[in-house]
Amino acid sequence: MVAGWRLIPYIAATLVIVPIGVVISSLFTSTSDIWQHLIDHTLPLLLINTLWLTLGVLLGTGFLGISLAWLIAIYEFPGRRFFTWALLLPMAIPAYVTAFVALGLFDFTGPVQTALRGWLESDLHGFPEIRGRTGVIIVMTLAFYPYVYLLARNAFVSQGKRSLEVAQSLGFTQRTGFYKVALPMARPWIAGGLMLVLMETLADFGTVAVFNYDTFTTAIYKAWFSLFSLPAASQLASLLVIIVFVIIVLEQHFRARMRYAENRKSPRADRIQLTGKQKWIALSFVMTVWCFAFLLPLLQLLHWAIQSIALGFDLERYLEFLLHSLTLSSLAVLIICTTITMIVYAARRFPGRSMEFAVRTATIGYALPGTVLAIGIFIPLAWLENLLSEWALTLFQLETGLLIQGTIIVMLLAYLIRFMAVSHYPIHGAMQRITPSIEEAAMGMGLYGWTLLRRIHLPVLKSGIFTGATLVFVDVMKEMPITLMTRPFGWDTLAVRVYEMTSEGAWEQAAVPAVTLILAGLLPILFFMRQTEN
Amino acid sequence: MQIPSLKSRIISTLLWIILSVFITSPVYAEQVVVYSARIEQLIKPMFDAFTQRTGIKVRYTTDNEGALMARLQAEGKNTPADMLITVDAGNLWAASQAGLLRPFDSQILKTNIPEHLRAPDDEWFGLSIRARTIIYNTEKVDPADLSTYEDLADPKWKNRLCLRTSKKVYNQSLVAMMIAEHGEAETEKIVKGWVANLATDPLSDDTRAMEFVAAGRCDLTVVNTYYYGRLMQKDPNLPLGIFWPNQKNGGVHINVSGAGLTRYGKNQQAAEALLEFLSSISAQNLFADVNMEYPVNPNIVPDPVVAAWGKFKQNHINLTKAGELQAEAVKLMDRVGYR
Repeated sequence: MVAGWRLIPYIAATLVIVPIGVVISSLFTSTSDIWQHLIDHTLPLLLINTLWLTLGVLLGTGFLGISLAWLIAIYEFPGRRFFTWALLLPMAIPAYVTAFVALGLFDFTGPVQTALRGWLESDLHGFPEIRGRTGVIIVMTLAFYPYVYLLARNAFVSQGKRSLEVAQSLGFTQRTGFYKVALPMARPWIAGGLMLVLMETLADFGTVAVFNYDTFTTAIYKAWFSLFSLPAASQLASLLVIIVFVIIVLEQHFRARMRYAENRKSPRADRIQLTGKQKWIALSFVMTVWCFAFLLPLLQLLHWAIQSIALGFDLERYLEFLLHSLTLSSLAVLIICTTITMIVYAARRFPGRSMEFAVRTATIGYALPGTVLAIGIFIPLAWLENLLSEWALTLFQLETGLLIQGTIIVMLLAYLIRFMAVSHYPIHGAMQRITPSIEEAAMGMGLYGWTLLRRIHLPVLKSGIFTGATLVFVDVMKEMPITLMTRPFGWDTLAVRVYEMTSEGAWEQAAVPAVTLILAGLLPILFFMRQTEN
Repeated sequence: MQIPSLKSRIISTLLWIILSVFITSPVYAEQVVVYSARIEQLIKPMFDAFTQRTGIKVRYTTDNEGALMARLQAEGKNTPADMLITVDAGNLWAASQAGLLRPFDSQILKTNIPEHLRAPDDEWFGLSIRARTIIYNTEKVDPADLSTYEDLADPKWKNRLCLRTSKKVYNQSLVAMMIAEHGEAETEKIVKGWVANLATDPLSDDTRAMEFVAAGRCDLTVVNTYYYGRLMQKDPNLPLGIFWPNQKNGGVHINVSGAGLTRYGKNQQAAEALLEFLSSISAQNLFADVNMEYPVNPNIVPDPVVAAWGKFKQNHINLTKAGELQAEAVKLMDRVGYR
């Protein structure tokens, strides 16, 4: 039993290492001519682009995520209850959709600039170019801030108010209390959210493609699919993996000796009532973010969707897509959250350097560009499949056809490999709240293994698990490359439909599946939010 | 207290998975399995027609070309796929290079498809033509000033040109075919001239490029004609005109959406029948018209909307070059800063 627990993180890490290993296996093949070309003509620009993008998005999501979480968790102002969950909704919109809508509205041909040109009777020469670095950073910030918001809010709700009271009793103002006490205490949660943002930014292909902004990921795609050089793509991808790993290790190192513990849930403290001008400033800040990140894209999509529904709509097929999306997301949530809970628990019970390394490795699948990881997962699976069918043939003279690939097991395994990070950070964060003394006491009373996990940990982990579940559910709904590559015949989902439309540039038609996807994404957000509220 | 509900959930999950095995793996007497980079809406009508005619079921999965090729490669001898469909010749060439396709010596295909639109070794065949041509703003450009792709590098178009990104395979093929025609040094000069004439950073898709032309941000661009068809269908009042370049030399750059039979396909005869059917008169019109493309078979009249854009002389260099020279083209565009 004990050994069994210990093994889980290592198994999970192996699952992730195999596809990454496949991708970087041609690391040492010589591709000096392509590298020389990359170094001479593209690499410097992409490194600078990637660096600025990552920094910008981290700063942006950090600022929005933390400030919104703090406002919502600590203060009372008109509309707070609504925005508590509404601020999560942008998560349901795939980032490249936000990107496309943003360009559609604010670029040269969009209604905003067109109207301005009309009013001012000028050609707006000085108007800032939307399709530039700042534009991508803004769009990604709006799309990804919910990761930070969700995790930070969790931290602030459970300890923010109390930490603030302590700070005030020591004579700090609200402001210094926030910086000196609440913020540092929420660090593991905020760092977790930012890590997710970082990985998502590095792995993004869709958004940067809409903006035609060159990053590391676009270079990997170009090397692989345009220059037909798997080795060069492989080398670029391994650089990316190394960068992410270094960041993870550094982040880990900086808070290695800190302990974050909260031994009992604080009684629900009253929020600080904002008055006068303050409450309207708070409301308009929250409202502005929400409008740009969610309402505007949604309205634009609805507008397009209505136009294209008028041209014909196959309800039955959409129900089928919807059912597939929901089924896959639910199963993925179940599998991923269970696995991560076991991993986090195992890491807690058997701490150590190699265990830590295994857990970190298990969560790195999120940082790899989707298509690259999808192919990395597919190659060993197909190999295994071929091996099985050969055995079946030689041993039993049996023509098996596709045993594994014909099922959704492959998809679920691939989702597990990609999305473990997404539920790891919230569940790991929640685990930090359990003090070792509680565990020791429980073990003293003879609780071990599953019983210990169920009786002591699960109740505390609940909010972390629900947070993780929400993130995984919505992420799987939006996921494209893995779904496209590993889906069995007939298992088309809403995301597949969005891909098909956008790949032919038919954005108006893509709006129907996109809107359905967003609305379906609201379900888990509402459901899990209610669970965490209670 | 949580255990029973968890247990029942796990059981129902397992049931689902087991069930999905049966749901997704039905066995048909005769079938063809297709991996397609051409999207469902643009292939299903032809497959349905084929099934109706022959009783052979067509199963397909869609994805982008890169992923489909990686998939074929990984599945090796065990692949369920009989046919690969792509939306450009370059990727068919790459699939053929990787040993994923097998030759099919068919008199029907040779009769229906002109020589420059299929592989010399019979490993792949073009099924519809996609012409990449010049679209201009009718209020700002006199079509008499237009002549060739090469002329777009002339300084008279400074700050008047919009282009889609060089990351799209359509532009990579265009430049590759120009290398085939003019050689690398000459092509590099031309593409450099394009970049110098750009009015704004390259755009992410053809439709957007035309919208920029229509809104007056630039005066002309180069796009695949079906995008023009779709945009004009939506808004017939846009001030956009179509121009066929290089009519006195070379011809309009074309690419194909095409198909090849996979090396390890299991339903070879059925797949061959499907491929021949796709080149036949009844399927050809459907294949092209569903997306306002041109049939490969020169004897078939295109869709009336498409025919209204006029006849043009197409480039007759074999499309194999688009694949062979694609990597060169990409590097060339990187060198001149065409992003």
